[in-house]
Amino acid sequence: MRVGELLTAGFLALLSLYLMWKSSELPIGYISGTGPGGGAWPFWLSAIMLICCFCTAFNWWRGRTPASRSEEPVLDSHGWRSLIFVGGGIIGFVALISIISMYGGIAVFLFYYLWFLGRHGLLLSLTISLVTPIALFFFFEGAMQITMPSGLPFTDPVFNVLYDIIY
Amino acid sequence: MDVLLLLADGMLVSLQPLNLMMIIIGVTLGLFIGAMPGLGSVNGVAILLPVTFLVPPSSAIIFLAAIYYGAMYGGAVSSITLGIPGASTAVATTFDGRPLAKQGRASLALVTAALASFVGGTVANILFTLFAPLLASVALSFGPPEVFALMLLAFATFVGLGGDDIPKTIFSICFGLVLGAVGFDQISGAPRLVLFDYNGFLQGIGFLVLAIGVYGIGEMLWTIDQTRGDVTATTPKMTMKGVAADAKEATKRGWKGTAIGSLLGFFVGILPAAGATPGSLMSYGVAKIVSRNPEEFGKGAVDGVAAPEAANNSASTGSMLPMLTLGIPGSPTTAILLGGMVIWGLVPGPRLFVDEEQFVWGLIGSFYISNVAAVLINLAFIPVFIWMLRMPFTILAPMIFVLSIAGGYAATRDMFDIWLMVVFGIGAFFMRKFDYPLAPAVLAIVLGPIAEPTLRQSLLLSSGDPSIFFTRPVAGPITVVALILIFLPALKFLRRSPAKSKNPAS
Repeated sequence: MRVGELLTAGFLALLSLYLMWKSSELPIGYISGTGPGGGAWPFWLSAIMLICCFCTAFNWWRGRTPASRSEEPVLDSHGWRSLIFVGGGIIGFVALISIISMYGGIAVFLFYYLWFLGRHGLLLSLTISLVTPIALFFFFEGAMQITMPSGLPFTDPVFNVLYDIIY
Repeated sequence: MDVLLLLADGMLVSLQPLNLMMIIIGVTLGLFIGAMPGLGSVNGVAILLPVTFLVPPSSAIIFLAAIYYGAMYGGAVSSITLGIPGASTAVATTFDGRPLAKQGRASLALVTAALASFVGGTVANILFTLFAPLLASVALSFGPPEVFALMLLAFATFVGLGGDDIPKTIFSICFGLVLGAVGFDQISGAPRLVLFDYNGFLQGIGFLVLAIGVYGIGEMLWTIDQTRGDVTATTPKMTMKGVAADAKEATKRGWKGTAIGSLLGFFVGILPAAGATPGSLMSYGVAKIVSRNPEEFGKGAVDGVAAPEAANNSASTGSMLPMLTLGIPGSPTTAILLGGMVIWGLVPGPRLFVDEEQFVWGLIGSFYISNVAAVLINLAFIPVFIWMLRMPFTILAPMIFVLSIAGGYAATRDMFDIWLMVVFGIGAFFMRKFDYPLAPAVLAIVLGPIAEPTLRQSLLLSSGDPSIFFTRPVAGPITVVALILIFLPALKFLRRSPAKSKNPAS
């Protein structure tokens, strides 16, 4: 945790510098007749962010924060495993939306989580994975009239059947 | 006396069978729309606006106002049960509502939210009825310096909310404000902060993208990591006796927060462009400051649920005031309501109270009826919301992820934003590990787009002289209070000895 806090402060300081640089693409000072330039607000806020990062590093050096006094790892093996399996599952879900549609992605993600990570029974996992996207389809597309991504054309036959029910 | 007669007439109008039916349907729809992460009163009112052309204008606006009411009640549901604020107005409710739910006291949190919302709505209705024209003129006297001073006050309360680590709290506020500046410069129209030259940033970063990323994804990842996947399922129970006991406890422990939220929320709500979010946040901050047990805030304080919930309902009624009396919408939802009124041939403004007396008082009467309907319907549905919490965590967690992604897409309709949500979620997980408070960033992204133009307009008015924030009669005291609130915790932090801070008990 100790090293992690300093590294995080360093990363955020770099981010602040990047934001200052990007903000300075527009004027950052006071322009007579038009007021503060378009980049002034984000530039000076980013500058405050940078100062805060230095303060955090200073506090770290003085051992004032709990993390700066902790010798525990940021993530142990269990932490890394859950981050990779759960975080990776979410990334996979979002990536699948453009291919097999939002509802297809929901079905696959729910089945993966319930059956593989949650260790639930096959019947329960399959039921929830199939019923939830269908219920969400009727809620979003039917009731709220919000169209979700339908993925690549091979999903069209399924959507045609569902749209026939709504319209 | 005239006012009471007019109000009685208005209530009779809103109790007509068609209008009463519209109120019940509107409140119920609004409750469920508001409870859905990603969807709020704006979505409900906008989507159902075309439906209202089937009924007379007075019934139509009553229906939309009922949806607005229901959604304000519903916003607390996802904040408490799922820990995801569906709308910016419900962010402050998560601070104590979610901890209460984790302690198995979700029913207390939900009952407190419902009762505080009811009281907030009722107080606002009474103030609205008695002082509408007078308050409208007060609201109109708020220029850019006053609104910026108010925003500064809201940011000052963030510093108090963010815990002991002041640099990290200020970093979080500034980060949220910078994220709110992404897109286009509002004054010159030039592209600004198009990060890594991705065109997706041109449309800006919405509040929901950050809120769902932080609370829907980051918070869940953090919970899974902290509990090592072995979340002890809370088994809240719900009985009539339990509701009565919760109501008693909510009244006893939440009256102060309710009173603060009801009054403060209304006065912030009537200010054009301010709305319920700063109102609920400031009420939370003030409730914490005046509390005898401020250390309980953030860990499940009943006042911490009551104050923002009373405030956001009170503010939602308050924001109707500038819309009806001046034609200035106080929130995005009232902007859509305003559009609806114009379509129906009603012209909001000072003449509305004279030219369309029956319509105006029918609407005001419906606020009272909607408020009663909303609290009853909300209390009736609490067992359903509680039931969600009884689900095993390995079912609840993927459901929250799915609702976050689907609800986030429904709100923004852009896959870029969904990817951004995932990035924010993972980033929030690591920032939380190192005690960076994230709520201030989420609230700052909402208030940033209000604060920046008012600051620039004020400085333009004063030719760059910042004393404008101190010399004006309304802006001056607000600015001074805000600066005191900002610098007091900072001074305390600097004066605290290292030895003392090393002692966890301190």
